[in-house]
Amino acid sequence: MSLGDDYLKYSKRKYGMDHDRYPWSILQKRKPVTWPGGARVALWVVPALEFFPLDQPAMPFRAPGGMVTPYPDLRHYTLRDYGNRVGVFRVFEVLDGLGIKASVAVNSKVAERCPFLINEIARRGWEIIAHGVDMGRLHYGGMDEAEEAAQVEESIGTLRKLSGQPVTGWLSPAKSESMNTLDLVAAADIEYVCDWINDDMPYPIKTKSGDIHSMPHSHEIDDQTIMLHYQHNEAEFVQQVSDQFRVLYGEAAEQGGRIMAVTIHPWMSGQPHRIKALERALAQVIEHDGVWSATGAEILAAFRAQQ
Amino acid sequence: MRSDPGLYDYFPYIERPKITWPGGARVAFWVAPNIEFYELDPPINPSRRAWARPVPDVVSYAQRDYGNRAGHWRMMEVMDRCGVRGSVSLNVAVCEHHPEIIEECKKRDWEFFSHGIYNTRYCYEMDEAQERAIIEDAFETVEKHTGQKIAGWLAPALTHTERTMDLLAEYGVKYTCDLFCDDQPQPVKVKKGRFISLPYSLEMNDIIVYNVQRQAPRRYTEMLKANFDRLYEEGADSGVVMCIPLHAYAVGQPHRIEAFAEALEYITGHEGVWVATGREIAEWYTQHHYDTAVDAIETHKRKWAPKS
Repeated sequence: MSLGDDYLKYSKRKYGMDHDRYPWSILQKRKPVTWPGGARVALWVVPALEFFPLDQPAMPFRAPGGMVTPYPDLRHYTLRDYGNRVGVFRVFEVLDGLGIKASVAVNSKVAERCPFLINEIARRGWEIIAHGVDMGRLHYGGMDEAEEAAQVEESIGTLRKLSGQPVTGWLSPAKSESMNTLDLVAAADIEYVCDWINDDMPYPIKTKSGDIHSMPHSHEIDDQTIMLHYQHNEAEFVQQVSDQFRVLYGEAAEQGGRIMAVTIHPWMSGQPHRIKALERALAQVIEHDGVWSATGAEILAAFRAQQ
Repeated sequence: MRSDPGLYDYFPYIERPKITWPGGARVAFWVAPNIEFYELDPPINPSRRAWARPVPDVVSYAQRDYGNRAGHWRMMEVMDRCGVRGSVSLNVAVCEHHPEIIEECKKRDWEFFSHGIYNTRYCYEMDEAQERAIIEDAFETVEKHTGQKIAGWLAPALTHTERTMDLLAEYGVKYTCDLFCDDQPQPVKVKKGRFISLPYSLEMNDIIVYNVQRQAPRRYTEMLKANFDRLYEEGADSGVVMCIPLHAYAVGQPHRIEAFAEALEYITGHEGVWVATGREIAEWYTQHHYDTAVDAIETHKRKWAPKS
């Protein structure tokens, strides 16, 4: 077997990126940003409220954290549902105690199944980010565009209707997109997406409806990534949040405001043995001067006002 | 297929001729940042898929893009702080895509060696003409953008064919980073030319530690220090090589960079450490130790040949 000669052709080998969604840009060489009140770091905490269906499809892949055993995988179904029944209240209590705001990424199925949770978010004045329909309904390369458009509409439409919020942020389930996802969510008046983990700051991303923004939602400072995927323990989670913060806080003194994003899954951090670790992790951040707790929409508004 | 790659003979670590480094150093120490470009939608190689998820694999693509946009600059700052010049394992298309990175490395007198064209183009299934074409491309691109003639090679995404080493030596490449069987340089058996294996390391490689072994940042610090401590001890008897291969998209994350800085400060804070580039170590070895090693390997082979 040999490779065709096309394998050595490089049609996109030129300055910048190999696609047109965003231009190549170096974080450290951009115009510094200032945050309200002269804060150095905007703290953006994003708990995710997710519904993992028992019949989660295996194709094109299963969202991490999903079903593992042959059907019916009651074990993983209920362990994830624990987050919405129990864990979420521990997480919200920690945030309340520390005076931290949240942007909560919500599957629209969660809003339909647990309207109580939408009320819990709304009464705190927190933001809702559209997080797709559920963790079994992925957006992925090669999916039918009409089907995806319906999925986008179901998610965003349902969340707007049930929350009364404008809902301007989007986080794809498993951060998985098709080549059309950005265009479809922008057409539905989404202003920022959370899937692109290539930066520590917002940047404009092109769509057929004009530029929207990519926001640096964290895949690294994420309880699921650290404690489930990497299997690090709770103390290591606290350490990594601390290390992340210290570096960003230090850079902010010279390079302008930074964003410290923390991704939380109540089915992970909301466990009794982990909740104190989450509290310690966030307390060591918020206790610093110059930390601005804000929602994604607020951070983006402050950023855009300076561009 | 072969059961043995046929690239080197068995040569036990003990009872080798002594290796000396400049200034009597115990450890020749080099840091090899991989500066890479992964394509969003690369052509398909039947032996290996580029991405786990259907294209666009946003998470994997963006994670790697982070290295060039943000992580590289932190990693470079830490290396500056410790006085370490990098030996860049370069996907040479970065010269075209991100020349700003190349310029900053040049300013610091870093070495560039080849890591293929893109990290999403694999050598599996290549015929000889194709493999020659990527080697020639690497030489031309690096020379055009940096003025350097490449001396080293780390196969793109560690993909090879049976002829790779012979071709590299024929084109005048001096060292390969693809053989992980030793802590000292070794002659590599090729059809023509003098060609050596320079210890690179999978064990100290940030991607292996973080993404394969899934270790925590502070654990990486301990592993790097322990690796160094042992090599430093053994280096009192005969020179050894320690390499830290890096990827800015891993080590350049805010929660990981200071853990690396701590280890790098520790290592470079020792006397008797020759902080060098891959090319410098390879040239020194080839000039001072290659012939002795070839003779010693022959002697060992004869002495331990099965009695007929």
